[in-house]
Amino acid sequence: MVTERTISLELKNADLGYGGRVVLRDVNLTIESGEIVCLLGPNGVGKTTLFKTILGFIKPMTGSIAIDETDITSFSLKDFARLVAYVPQNHHSPFPYKVRDVVLFGRTVHLGLFASPGAKDRKIADSFLELLEIRHLAERSFTELSGGERQMVIIARALTQEARFIILDEPTSNLDYGNQVRVIRKIRELRNHAVGILMSTHLPDHAFMIASKVVVMDHGLLYRCGKPEITLTPETLKKIYGVDVQVFDTPYSGSCTRKVCAPVISL
Amino acid sequence: MKGFSVIVVCLLTLAVLSFISTGIGRYPVSPGTLLTWALTGKCTDDNLPVILFNIRLPRLAGAMAAGGALAMSGAAYQGMFRNPMVSPDILGVSSGAGFGAALAILFSLPVAGIQVCSFVGGITAVMIAVSISKTIGRSHDPVLVLVLSGIIISSLFGALLSMLKYVADPDDKLPAITYWLMGSLANIRMNDLSVILPVLLAGSIPLMMVSWRLNVLSFGEDEARSLGVHTGWMRALVIVCSTLVTACIISYSGIIGWVGLIVPHLARFAAGPNHRLLLPTSFLFGAIFMLVVDTIARSVVSVEIPIGIITAILGAPFFIWFLKRSSQKSW
Repeated sequence: MVTERTISLELKNADLGYGGRVVLRDVNLTIESGEIVCLLGPNGVGKTTLFKTILGFIKPMTGSIAIDETDITSFSLKDFARLVAYVPQNHHSPFPYKVRDVVLFGRTVHLGLFASPGAKDRKIADSFLELLEIRHLAERSFTELSGGERQMVIIARALTQEARFIILDEPTSNLDYGNQVRVIRKIRELRNHAVGILMSTHLPDHAFMIASKVVVMDHGLLYRCGKPEITLTPETLKKIYGVDVQVFDTPYSGSCTRKVCAPVISL
Repeated sequence: MKGFSVIVVCLLTLAVLSFISTGIGRYPVSPGTLLTWALTGKCTDDNLPVILFNIRLPRLAGAMAAGGALAMSGAAYQGMFRNPMVSPDILGVSSGAGFGAALAILFSLPVAGIQVCSFVGGITAVMIAVSISKTIGRSHDPVLVLVLSGIIISSLFGALLSMLKYVADPDDKLPAITYWLMGSLANIRMNDLSVILPVLLAGSIPLMMVSWRLNVLSFGEDEARSLGVHTGWMRALVIVCSTLVTACIISYSGIIGWVGLIVPHLARFAAGPNHRLLLPTSFLFGAIFMLVVDTIARSVVSVEIPIGIITAILGAPFFIWFLKRSSQKSW
């Protein structure tokens, strides 16, 4: 998988919205397989619209979205699902499927219309359960898991889909601190699997931790885009969130340092 | 392997119960006589083959087909609507069928006419519900709109049915309508089975074939699509197959409630939620359930008890137990 050639998902001059209303104007964005792109922006800025458009649920009003230079509207639902996987924010299942089955649902796109998964599919699913260190949950029912465990299962399902891009909608929301860190660490590891990752988050620190590129959205525009260390300045954060934030380097500890954010509380 | 054993146990249970049920009735047949006849084809009683072939065995097969079909459609609907509380008549098939049958009875049509009218009524009601949900549009959750359209149509056809009952002759037509609505398998004969069984197969086989995808559908519209499942096509297929089978069964049996709602829960309890196993298990559980209920209906007291009454009497307390249990633990 690592040897696969790099492909890119590209939005060009796209106006996004629905019902005749433009939510995001003139979006230009490229995600390459193997990189992690973080999406930051206040609530209601249009992150969901961007995701839904990239996933093909709504059409761009103008402009184009292409994967590997092919417009996404020309893919069949099945071909598209082989390229882009989705990890939604909330996971509702009315029925207590076993964790292994939930992960196997990711194989559906590789199966014939009337088929069900075989030994090879089970092996792939198990290998990703292993990768995310949730193999021990395989026989548990999905509905009994904690939020963090569920998030891992859904990420495993997206990997089992073997798509080239994975879209994660706030993968750390509703998780406790430890689980947030665990999920972020795992997402970082996925870089080695030649998948392109686009994730939205409310914490600028996540971008410093894992992103090769950060996209900052503000007032219906992609306001800034670039390396997190250069893009996420106190000025930018003030502009989009309206609060003062300090950004500084972590103290030297071993091989590398990282930037972190600290909001200013007492003015 | 667990799945395999559930199916085997069900099949064995069904075989034993069929054997027992064949012997029970107004004309009792001892197990020994039955076994001798079944194995050698010989019997001293000339009435026996006639009773078995013309009355008892068709009814037995009819009961199993009806229970199996209703339970399997129920399981498919619960998966598709992502809601364990729906039953095969959620889109109005029962009330449409009831209206069609009442209309046919009012116009004194023969039995075949009642069957055709009820079948057409059931299908029509579902088609109207589906087209309403289409006109309401795309901005809502398609599943929710379908359920609401189904409720509207059920209630509408319920009102039309009441109107027919109101104008029906209270001496003969009204009781006939009322009895029809209570459900009975008493009139199923060999030649009816030659219609029921092909329709049953035509509806069940496609459902079984897409059962894996049905699982994916229960995660919701966007997730299922992003997993590569054509949600619109899947919904259409499940609705067409379930409606076909349910309308066909109801047109012969009258309205039998509860089976399609509760039996899938029992099956899920035994076989787990994966529809690959749940659909066949629901079918077998439904067949067993209906076989038992129908045997009770025709043998406990000297007059036949309408089958819908027994399913409701058994179903209601079970459902209370189930709700209580599910409030403690997810089902």
